[in-house]
Amino acid sequence: MTPQEVAERALALSRTDGCIVLVDDSTSANLRWAGNTLTTNGVTEGRTLTVLAFDGARLGAVSRTRVTADAIEATVRAAEDAAAESEPEDDAAPLITPAESVSASWEEPAERTSIGVFERFAPALRDAFGAAGAAGHSLYGYAEHELTTTYLASSTGLRLRHPQPHGRLELTARTPNGDRSSWTGQGTRDFRDVDIAAHARVLAQRLDWSRRRLELPAGRYETLLPPSAVGDLMVYAYWSMTALDAVEGRTAFRKPGGGTRIGERLAELPLRLYSDPEMSGLQAAPFIAAGASSRRVSAFDNGLPLRSTDWIRDGELTALVQTRHSAGITGQPVTAQVGNLGLEAAGSQASLDEMVATTQRGLLLTCLWYVRMVDPQTLLVTGLTRDGVFLVEGGEVAGAVTNFRFNESPLDVLARATEAGRAEPTLPREFGDYFTRTRMAPLRVPDFNMSSVSPAS
Amino acid sequence: MPIPTTDPRTDDLGDLPLDAVTDAALSRARELGAVHADVRVERTASRALRLSDGRVQTAHTGEDVGLAVRVVVAAGAHHSTWGFAAGTDVSADAAARLASAAVDVAAVTAPVNTEPVELADEPVHQGTWISSYAVDPLDVPERDQVGLLAELSGRLLRADGVRHADASMLAVKEVKFYADLAGTRTAQRRVRMQAELQAMWIDDESGRFESMRTLAPPAGRGWEWMTGGDGCWDWDREIAELPGLLLEKATAPSVAAGTYDLVIDPSNLWLTIHESIGHATELDRALGYEANYAGTTFATFDRLGNLQYGSPVMHVTGDRTAEHGLATVGWDDDGVAAQTWDLVRDGVLVGYQLDRRMARLQGLGRSNGCAFADAPHHMPLQRMANVSLQPAAGGPSTDELIAGVDDGIYVVGDNSWSIDMQRYNFQFTGQRFYRIRDGHLAGQLRDVAYQANTVDFWNAMDAVGGPQTYVLGGAFNCGKGQPAQVAPVSHGCPTARFRGIRVLNTTAEGHR
Repeated sequence: MTPQEVAERALALSRTDGCIVLVDDSTSANLRWAGNTLTTNGVTEGRTLTVLAFDGARLGAVSRTRVTADAIEATVRAAEDAAAESEPEDDAAPLITPAESVSASWEEPAERTSIGVFERFAPALRDAFGAAGAAGHSLYGYAEHELTTTYLASSTGLRLRHPQPHGRLELTARTPNGDRSSWTGQGTRDFRDVDIAAHARVLAQRLDWSRRRLELPAGRYETLLPPSAVGDLMVYAYWSMTALDAVEGRTAFRKPGGGTRIGERLAELPLRLYSDPEMSGLQAAPFIAAGASSRRVSAFDNGLPLRSTDWIRDGELTALVQTRHSAGITGQPVTAQVGNLGLEAAGSQASLDEMVATTQRGLLLTCLWYVRMVDPQTLLVTGLTRDGVFLVEGGEVAGAVTNFRFNESPLDVLARATEAGRAEPTLPREFGDYFTRTRMAPLRVPDFNMSSVSPAS
Repeated sequence: MPIPTTDPRTDDLGDLPLDAVTDAALSRARELGAVHADVRVERTASRALRLSDGRVQTAHTGEDVGLAVRVVVAAGAHHSTWGFAAGTDVSADAAARLASAAVDVAAVTAPVNTEPVELADEPVHQGTWISSYAVDPLDVPERDQVGLLAELSGRLLRADGVRHADASMLAVKEVKFYADLAGTRTAQRRVRMQAELQAMWIDDESGRFESMRTLAPPAGRGWEWMTGGDGCWDWDREIAELPGLLLEKATAPSVAAGTYDLVIDPSNLWLTIHESIGHATELDRALGYEANYAGTTFATFDRLGNLQYGSPVMHVTGDRTAEHGLATVGWDDDGVAAQTWDLVRDGVLVGYQLDRRMARLQGLGRSNGCAFADAPHHMPLQRMANVSLQPAAGGPSTDELIAGVDDGIYVVGDNSWSIDMQRYNFQFTGQRFYRIRDGHLAGQLRDVAYQANTVDFWNAMDAVGGPQTYVLGGAFNCGKGQPAQVAPVSHGCPTARFRGIRVLNTTAEGHR
């Protein structure tokens, strides 16, 4: 059965007041390597059927991956049973209608990928292994490409389709004894824009910088955060920007005395943190497709169009992630979450290299790792620098220093940043598993808190 | 405890053509030259519930069914290479097609492979295995599960000082069938439960808030974990105590950063074991396979047998056999039977966690059975066994350990965690921190984190508690591998005492 036929069949079987059917058709291919050799690989194909049965304000949500004809009816009935057993939902709202939603190419088939997506990449990778071996270091990394086509059909007449490509390359170079390492990464829609030789050159330059080792104690340092590191901090902040949590006083976005911090200035720089389904090269789904509700998304909002949203504009908090339900509580517009994130500063054109050139003394990071919440009141997170921390003196890289554990809040980083460079697409190292579509500006922070030294290399 | 004894092959997978799938996949792989081939058929059912202030926020039931074929193929002049393919159509035709696809993947990627894939020998196994549980949580009506969580939330919300109460539950039933060219045929069913409740205190005027959650660990048990009896969690006691403990924390003094002796409860120490021992003794990390992602380890292969990992009272085992353990299995995803072994003995590194390929690669003989894939569409990796710190026979109670501290902190419950990519530098917080003065508890502290280097920390352990302090903790969500996989794993440990550990004030860390 085609995904459209599965969706129509499920809707036809539905007996509740309302029904939404999601069919995700996915294919993927991946390669993994270590020590200049392949370690694992694979191709997958799959289909997930999710049925959301609405019985008045009650909701039942059931998903299955083996979608046979019998399984379709079983899934519909299971969702209806779950709805009948449930209590009325707080976020209940009329289901979205075609008049409120976007048009989409419903009739088109699911888009697919295969191991062939690496046809040009694999030989280039083999050449990179050879070059790395000749230079005395090894490459480690991962390449994956996925294509998921989502079909959303509703009893109110919605017929929506969205194909979402998702690809990434990560590449680490290490010397034989592991005392020097570096990393680069890239998100991609189709691997046609991946130039592994260019990545290898970046790695070689940074390994070369690391030949001179310098000692620095823990402390606060002027720090240049590259786009990947900024991406990890901003993604964490974005995940915390849930309006319902803020209005209930549970997050760093609450206002003492009640309400949220919307309208408060968070940064001195004219920073813009935003999402946009049409972000160039980083396009994301233009409508909500949620298999279940949470505090951040409502299943009742399925099919709601997603639009460009500024979360922070000119340094001021302008929106938090809202469902129709939470928007009713906060009195704010519905600003639903979108699957990409950007940070930029008006008028900033300096590249990271140019920011290095104007640094008298400071640290240049490569990326962040193991970022975890320490204190939700301030959004204080801890984490590590990874695969290259460089001391910059007089506008040039003087050598490599040790890694550090940091304790910082992304909100404090925004507040204290003194310079933002030119935004560019980037892959957040820590959260790249979940969030590959980011476009971030590098930031200069005058006093980044390196809490302790990590001997890891 | 009565354990369901039905056969997973008929009871859980009876609607799937296992024999036909096995024959089709393995015969096609053999025809195409595979020197090893295995096929997995999996059905994993799960239910996730989240309640906020007694109202359902998330309710979702899912079932993931799939088929995976993995081969080792010696392609032309190239080294023998893995190939893997997976899908959700469980039929003989699909199995044959996936076997062909797996061989194709091996052929495409063989030129990039510079090390032959060879597997350690393993006896042929045939049988079924079922984890130790009484009540299948997926058979319990969702209404009853929501009702229990709502009732427990209501008790918290009625208590003084509790503004919000969150509750969550995740129940999983995982069924795996495995067959390989050597003749192994196994089927197993594992059931696991995780639930927690959190209470939150808020001061409206200042905006300050504090939270505290239950210490109940996830367990390889069924719905009985929630309803009590026979070693199951005492939810009534913990829910009754939580609001008072939260209020005490909310009004507790902020810790003075410095160096303290720590007595660490199993409810916190399991996570430190997980991060600083469990991951550090994975051989794939030592060999660099995770260098791009999860990281490597300071416990490199050349230090096997000579690394003084910790003090002489440190004895750490790996196992896939502990009753109710989250990593407990009958056989792993390489078809290796479950075992128990030493990782650290008398404080010295003596073992690693292995799969069949690495065991052969490093000349370590038989694999100790740590291969695992979290879903049918993922290739098995070396994943963590139950890694546990053993108690001291006849060892002290928690009170006796505290009595040996003049100036310290007693740490209870896990919270924030982070460790570097070689497993040296870590930082943990917790749910509750009690000041210890002159061998006695002297009220709670807040804003506490402890930070250390792994080897320094375990060498600072001067005493471990007796078996009466031992608790099996763990997590559902250990992450590793690319594509990323999550694995459930348990860690048992007694209360233990550590001398001279750095303690941070988290509020001060965030101030500028």
